[in-house]
Amino acid sequence: MTDAALDTVGAAEPRQGRSLWDDAWARLRANKAAMASLFFLAAMAIACIAGPWLVPHTYTTIYGDYVRTPPSLSAYPKADMVETALAEAVKRMRVDIKEWRQDGDRVFVTVESGREVDERNVRYLDRSDTFGDAKVESKSDDGRTMVLSASIKQQYFLLGTDNVGRDLLSRTLMAGRISLAIGLLAGVTAVVIGVIYGATAGFIGGRTDEVMMRIVDVLYSLPFIFFVIMLVVFFGRNFVLMFLAVGAVLWLDMARIVRGQALSIRRQEYIQAAEALGVTRSGILIRHVVPNLLGPVVIYMTLLVPQVIILESFLSFLGLGVQEPMTSWGVLISAGAKNIGSANWLLLFPAIFLVSTLLALNFVGDGLRDALDPRDR
Amino acid sequence: MAGPILSIEDLRVSFRTLDGTVEAVRGVDLHLDAGETVAIVGESGSGKSQTMMAAMQLLASNGVATGHVDYRGRNLLALDKQAMNEVRGRKISMIFQEPMTSLDPLYTIGNQLIEPIRRHQKLPHAQARAEALRLLTLVQIPDPARRMRSYPYELSGGQRQRVMIAMALANKPDILIADEPTTALDVTIQAQILALLAELQARLGMAIVFITHDLNIVRRLADRVYVMRHGEVVETATTEEMFTAPRHDYTRMLLAAEPEGHKPAPADDAPILLEGRDVTVSFEIGGGFLARKMELRAVDGVSLALRRGQTIGVVGESGSGKSTLGRALLRLLPSKGKVEFGSQDISGLDTAAMRPLRKRLQLVFQDPFGSLSPRMTVGQIISEGLRVHEPSLSHRERDRLAVEALGEVQLDPSTRNRYPHEFSGGQRQRIAIARAMILKPSVVVLDEPTSALDRSVQKQIVDLLRDLQEKHGLSYLFISHDLAVVRAMADYVVVMKSGKIVEEGETGRIFDRPAQDYTRALMAAAVDRERFGKAGS
Repeated sequence: MTDAALDTVGAAEPRQGRSLWDDAWARLRANKAAMASLFFLAAMAIACIAGPWLVPHTYTTIYGDYVRTPPSLSAYPKADMVETALAEAVKRMRVDIKEWRQDGDRVFVTVESGREVDERNVRYLDRSDTFGDAKVESKSDDGRTMVLSASIKQQYFLLGTDNVGRDLLSRTLMAGRISLAIGLLAGVTAVVIGVIYGATAGFIGGRTDEVMMRIVDVLYSLPFIFFVIMLVVFFGRNFVLMFLAVGAVLWLDMARIVRGQALSIRRQEYIQAAEALGVTRSGILIRHVVPNLLGPVVIYMTLLVPQVIILESFLSFLGLGVQEPMTSWGVLISAGAKNIGSANWLLLFPAIFLVSTLLALNFVGDGLRDALDPRDR
Repeated sequence: MAGPILSIEDLRVSFRTLDGTVEAVRGVDLHLDAGETVAIVGESGSGKSQTMMAAMQLLASNGVATGHVDYRGRNLLALDKQAMNEVRGRKISMIFQEPMTSLDPLYTIGNQLIEPIRRHQKLPHAQARAEALRLLTLVQIPDPARRMRSYPYELSGGQRQRVMIAMALANKPDILIADEPTTALDVTIQAQILALLAELQARLGMAIVFITHDLNIVRRLADRVYVMRHGEVVETATTEEMFTAPRHDYTRMLLAAEPEGHKPAPADDAPILLEGRDVTVSFEIGGGFLARKMELRAVDGVSLALRRGQTIGVVGESGSGKSTLGRALLRLLPSKGKVEFGSQDISGLDTAAMRPLRKRLQLVFQDPFGSLSPRMTVGQIISEGLRVHEPSLSHRERDRLAVEALGEVQLDPSTRNRYPHEFSGGQRQRIAIARAMILKPSVVVLDEPTSALDRSVQKQIVDLLRDLQEKHGLSYLFISHDLAVVRAMADYVVVMKSGKIVEEGETGRIFDRPAQDYTRALMAAAVDRERFGKAGS
């Protein structure tokens, strides 16, 4: 064929070849579902990282006036809530409301009492989550009636608030930070341990392989929940422990997959060719075995991250996960499930965040599989 | 019967890929009369397989076929899946190259034969069974009743291919499409399978479309030939016309692609470089938990002496231990017996002690697809040996040597940043040779270096290897089952069977006056040009 007849222009100027990774990337780009998911994940990650600073409420602030407020696109307080909040605040002053009116974004209230009204009473208005900037407008001569005014604080709770009156949006984004971080960290832990362990076992083979894989089998037989409960009992609950526990269990799958791959790669002719060249074992492992392993590892990693997130949710659901006031999607969903009758948004929104993220991760994993392994389609 | 039973008109096949659309077949016209044997010849990538795959609607999912494929008045390209299934397997059946993977390892041969018979002919089980047995007898499988209960792994390659033929014949097809059916088999088995096909055709009268790159098969089997190149038919002729008076340059080139020339023997006083005495390699089979260990002697007491500038051809069928011998001599496999390199006894050396010697003992593999790491650039692959043996070289220096080595194997050095999958089979084999040559070895073991390549590319590789040998005074151990190539390459031939040397001697003598029956059988299968069967018709 046109074998030796490669064009011979500019022999000194090497052209860049297209590696298998470039090919895979091009195939991935052609996969619309995977690309859309990739953008969605990027948006989700940015929202969770930057979001908690941008939303007007922090995830720990408790608004006593706004317990279990339903989600709304318009600002709180609503018209009917002003009176309730006003009555509540005035009651604390131990005075009676004579009359009140709203003028623009300020309320004017006339209070009266059997005794002289103390001017310091305005602080009760300030303390309410609904009002701010309270001041005394006028005072009758005997001091028994007083006109107070305060501005109405406009608050947005796009996703509503939870049982104690914390903004659900900021809590969900904060929870996303934790869930994604655990997913990524535990995923990476599992991959690093699994690849090193599995590649070593598969490549060395023989008795070493036998012993290493039997250890994996023993670890497999430990019940996961039992293992985590034990860790929690001994070390108390904390964030680092969480992902260590999850990662320490999930690397087993990775190790098995990688070992299988390494075993088959070891029999490839290019490994024999490297041996015939006299390349050292570590050279073969680093230059030949690991690069050829990475395809399946990358695929498995994208499928591992959702698994970790689900595991964390599960542990949090059981109450073994992160601690209040810190939160994760699993914690939020657990709380939401308890309030499903009275405040269904508490379950709905965290669940949408979690499910859409997992779905996107699975699409990306699927796309990567197709991109890196085009023969298997 | 009047008129062709299959006629293909203006068939075009294209594949959508990332780099745009690739046209594999560009307007092929072809016709097939009842009971006739037509060969489609061409090199890999010529579109010969895709033409028939498209006609059978078996293209990969990204392939599109247009044109007309007329089978008894029906356009096959327009049929829906169900109607096509009715035609496939029943009227037109296929056998493929790989008998190892075409059978399902989980079912017995009997089950795999009975199932399609029952489905297509709606026969009760007992009758289908009798029919299956008749088919196995027809394809001359020894002891067919017992073979019905065997699993594919219990059969040899040739036997599996016979089973595949039996399956293809099960529903009495009009047309049998054979896509390189003998390429994966040993020469002696090849001859048997081809004789069987010819005989079956004479008896059953179906038409055969033979897709092959091997002109020897064409000469012995086909009535008419289509020569394809780059997706087009460049020549149509009767077999006799094509061999006696080829019209197209490409056909002439194919005919001339038989490797030629002889290699003169080295001087008698040339020093012995690599010598093996009584080399034995045995593998333990089984020996798992509670299983009994078996010893298999792949190489059994072989002695061999390779002189400077000499080429020893090692021939034999698959499983004869020729590749194992090559690896044992390079100390890549543990072996018993003595191996000397120069004057040094290397049979006791471990991996580390062998490392400095590896520079001078090189190996080139059969499969140019598997022997190059797919994630490294060609430059990295070629210069890897330098990293090991000349660690003091700078990056720039290594690059310069890689460019030189690529030039030596006649590849464009500017391609060194590309990856192996961007090259054709012949180019990859050149890369593998460059990887061995960059270290300036004195002995190179060539393990079937031309078997996976087209004839014309084989010829180029053979020429290249001979040039390199002359230029650098190399010694080759040339392992091959392809006797034509061995004849052109080697000055001394060793014939192996079951791990032992059955005959050895100068190339000319072995080829002209083989002393052993086994050698004679090998020669006959490889070089016979007589026509199979059909002598009377």
